[in-house]
Amino acid sequence: MTLVPYFALGSAFGFLLVEAEVVSWFRIQEMFRFDAFHMYGIIGAAVLTAALSLLIIKRLALRGSDGRPLGFPPKALGTGIRYVAGGSLFGLGWALTGACPGPLVALVGAGVPVMAVAVVSALAGTWTYTALRPKLPH
Amino acid sequence: MSYLFSHPLPWYVAGPLIGLVVPALLLLGNKPFGISSNFSHVCAMISPGRVRYGPDWKQVGGWNLAFLAGIFVGAAAAWQLAPPRTLTLSPATVDALHRLGLTDLTGLAPHEVFAWSGLFTVKGFAAIVVGGFLVGFGTAYAGGCTSGHAISGLADLQPASLLAVCGFFAGGLTATYVVLPILFR
Repeated sequence: MTLVPYFALGSAFGFLLVEAEVVSWFRIQEMFRFDAFHMYGIIGAAVLTAALSLLIIKRLALRGSDGRPLGFPPKALGTGIRYVAGGSLFGLGWALTGACPGPLVALVGAGVPVMAVAVVSALAGTWTYTALRPKLPH
Repeated sequence: MSYLFSHPLPWYVAGPLIGLVVPALLLLGNKPFGISSNFSHVCAMISPGRVRYGPDWKQVGGWNLAFLAGIFVGAAAAWQLAPPRTLTLSPATVDALHRLGLTDLTGLAPHEVFAWSGLFTVKGFAAIVVGGFLVGFGTAYAGGCTSGHAISGLADLQPASLLAVCGFFAGGLTATYVVLPILFR
């Protein structure tokens, strides 16, 4: 499997994240303060475009090279606790760093090199979750 | 080159293009758009300690790590070619940030906080080190971030993702209205 197309697609995505200022701590503050439409427009338009694409993919019954239909496996809901608790913890981190995972990495290359420390810290966070997983409610 | 772009790139251009990443990854190899999985893949790669991870990270996450490397390179290219150096912010946000004690609103993130010297201040440590930890812990616990839950999951009408997005906002609003005022003032 060649990785080049994925790298190219990621580059386009990283480019967009910077030019649309999605990577900015200030834009995330604007969003959480409901002071501007920009971030909601981006996320809303992205969801709508993705939803329409998924509909078309399903309508055409497209399949991958392994014969499986293109699409996402359903996420197990369970009690829902992991989504609410994990989501809230991520939300706290999103507003503090002003960046979700993609922008965190993008910022290291986009003039905020100290974000490399936040990336290492995020790795420590994921490691800690994995170590504690058996003890956490899901 | 920066005359090529008016900043920010408008939402009705950037939003649909970002949304198209979802079908592009499906068409390329039936891959799910989700950045935060890469934290697990890197942990599995360096595997410190005896923590158990899922299947082989190369097999499952190789494409995603290539995508992540692309994000870094694409962002660096954007910063070199057409950097958004000073953002035009909503006046209400400017007011609120001034009241938080932030005076320098140039750049992509406040220089007073997001600098190497900031790491040794309470607010810098909280924003960078604690914030980063929460991003890694929270996304692993919730099984996704903005790309996996808010974009892919909502577009696929997954109830779990709607719950997760509610959580994102519960946490984000708490940080914005409760934690930041305590930290920054």
